[in-house]
Amino acid sequence: MKKTILAIMMVLPTLAMASGGVHLDKADYDLHNKESLQRGARLFVNYCLSCHSAAYQRYNRMAEDIGLTNAQVASNLMFAAEKVGETMTVAMQPGDAKIYFGKPVPDLSVVARARGADWLYTYLRTFYVDKSRPFGVNNTTFKDVGMPAVLWELEGMKKLVNAEEIHEHHGTAPKFEKISEGKMSAAEYDNAMRDLTAFMVYMGEPAQLVRYKIGIYVLLFLVLLFLVAYPMKKEFWKDIH
Amino acid sequence: MEMLMTMLKSFMGWVDARFPATKLWEEHLSKYYAPKNFNFWYFFGSLALLVLVIQVVTGIFLTMHYKPDATLAFASVEYIMRDVNWGWLIRYMHSTGASAFFIVVYMHMFRGLMYGSFKKPRELIWLFGMFIFLALMAEAFMGYLLPWGQMSYWGAQVIVNLFGAIPFVGDDLSVWIRGDYVISDATLNRFFAFHVAAVPMVIIGLVVAHIIALHEVGSNNPDGIEIKKNKGADGIPLDGIPFHPYYTVKDIVGVVVFLMFFAAIMFFGPEMGGYFLEHANFVPANPLQTPAHIAPVWYFTPFYTMLRAVPDPFLGVVAMGGGVVVLAFLPWLDNNPIKSIRYRSALHKLNLMFFVAVFLFLGYLGVKAPEPVLSELGLRFSEVYFVFFYVLWFHSKTRDAKFSFMSLIGWMGLFSLNDFARHVEGSGDLIMMGWLIPGIYLTVMFLAPLYSNLNAEKAVPERVTG
Repeated sequence: MKKTILAIMMVLPTLAMASGGVHLDKADYDLHNKESLQRGARLFVNYCLSCHSAAYQRYNRMAEDIGLTNAQVASNLMFAAEKVGETMTVAMQPGDAKIYFGKPVPDLSVVARARGADWLYTYLRTFYVDKSRPFGVNNTTFKDVGMPAVLWELEGMKKLVNAEEIHEHHGTAPKFEKISEGKMSAAEYDNAMRDLTAFMVYMGEPAQLVRYKIGIYVLLFLVLLFLVAYPMKKEFWKDIH
Repeated sequence: MEMLMTMLKSFMGWVDARFPATKLWEEHLSKYYAPKNFNFWYFFGSLALLVLVIQVVTGIFLTMHYKPDATLAFASVEYIMRDVNWGWLIRYMHSTGASAFFIVVYMHMFRGLMYGSFKKPRELIWLFGMFIFLALMAEAFMGYLLPWGQMSYWGAQVIVNLFGAIPFVGDDLSVWIRGDYVISDATLNRFFAFHVAAVPMVIIGLVVAHIIALHEVGSNNPDGIEIKKNKGADGIPLDGIPFHPYYTVKDIVGVVVFLMFFAAIMFFGPEMGGYFLEHANFVPANPLQTPAHIAPVWYFTPFYTMLRAVPDPFLGVVAMGGGVVVLAFLPWLDNNPIKSIRYRSALHKLNLMFFVAVFLFLGYLGVKAPEPVLSELGLRFSEVYFVFFYVLWFHSKTRDAKFSFMSLIGWMGLFSLNDFARHVEGSGDLIMMGWLIPGIYLTVMFLAPLYSNLNAEKAVPERVTG
């Protein structure tokens, strides 16, 4: 047992260093932009939901929160479910995923809270061609990731030009060179990924859309309460010296 | 109206003949005489009680939807966050409340340290408080497993493994705690039982004992003067005022201000940048994948640094436990007859301020990965943390030159011996630089009284001031 603890303690610092130091771009998304969330939702169900589930997110909750009707969601965004009250599960079995990708595909419901918006936004834009990998692509944000570049038809393919520089100085921004065009320009793709990130941030915590609003009212109420409580204290205490 | 009052009176008479309702009300509120000079620091006792109530009430509501089952726990928390009406609010109140509890309790303990509230005749109040603090740490630790995220799982794994470091019985003990060879469903179930039933009952019982003991001897105050020594002809302390209504209306103001901070965090940043809710805890527990960096929640980090400062696992556990337990001995370590920091020496003020800085810095180090420089600082400030308690005892009275130098040489000799033992090729510079931290601290604390008047104390007034 002592050895286990020692081993854990020895390993900790190296692990910690391995996680740090990746360059991240600012996602700069807007959660209050319903159209952005809707575009993000479309991308999500079309490109992510074939393999990844979002098992805690209900279709009708999404409809309500991003400004769509249940009917719109059912006919445009729902491919793997029967009823709008269902959650975003996925048809693929975990066992199959293990065969295809080498490990189970993570659920994405709360991935934005685990990874952060900037990480997602950067990760989605840093796939590059790497023939040594099973799917022919790698990612500078998530090295040797098991996921294929599913968005390549939008982004096109690109290669990494400053691999050595990144290897030497962690945190260097990766530089890419397009080798084939996709359906979108670089700027369009960035915007699309911003939408997708916004949607995933929303999905991580649907309550955050109302949390801020309620918070302001609660604080205003507390200010009012203070304006009563403080004079009351003063009044009671005026004879105490 | 008059008839109503008569009816009420006769009703209270009926109750009082059977249960001491009026007597309790008077003893603990309307005729409990508290010093009139409580300051900012005296809000935190009642605030701790408020947070306890928040935690109990929100906790009860959370158990209505939470599932203590390794396959369901993570999903049930997300269910609370999304599908239960106002579930997110209840859950954030509980998670923010956990951190708020420790903030409030640390402030409350520091108040005791500043004004000597643990000194005679309040030793038992302090001890009950220490037991509350211990129970609170157990409560927080076991509660943190329940969301069944990666940090829940691996945090519990690391901490329970620590018991394995105890000689002879360690391995069996840690298996007994977990109910399994690793953290598993069995562990989750028993931690749930302890978190929602056993430990809260212990905490509530201890809080009652804490308050009964307090009301028996009466409250201390920022001047550290016993108000019961100056009583009027009616037997009421001249500097005392009834707790109700004076301190109830004052504490309401404190509660409102506290709730402003509480609500601001809960509504606008419940994760507090990953310190109140750790990011990695949004990944479901995976026994096969160790997270990149296992950091305990912020309120444990000062003690976690002490654990890491000692290379030997068992001694590390002793250091971590000792860091908590040593606080319980304060009533017998700080023997200076002056209670309040107001009338203690400048040196004592400096000592206390430095102690706070050390505690905060140890906390900061606990969330950082242990790089060599930070580890060295962790060890040095842990040394200072422990020797602080000796310094408190040392400053209890005037010491002669011989004893002062002996103390300095003794402690620095001990630290130097440890430095020789752990010295390896190339670590010399770092050790020498680090050596200066306890070196300078102890030189000032032990020798300043001999060569300056920094240890001059002030006369304690007869009656409380302002």
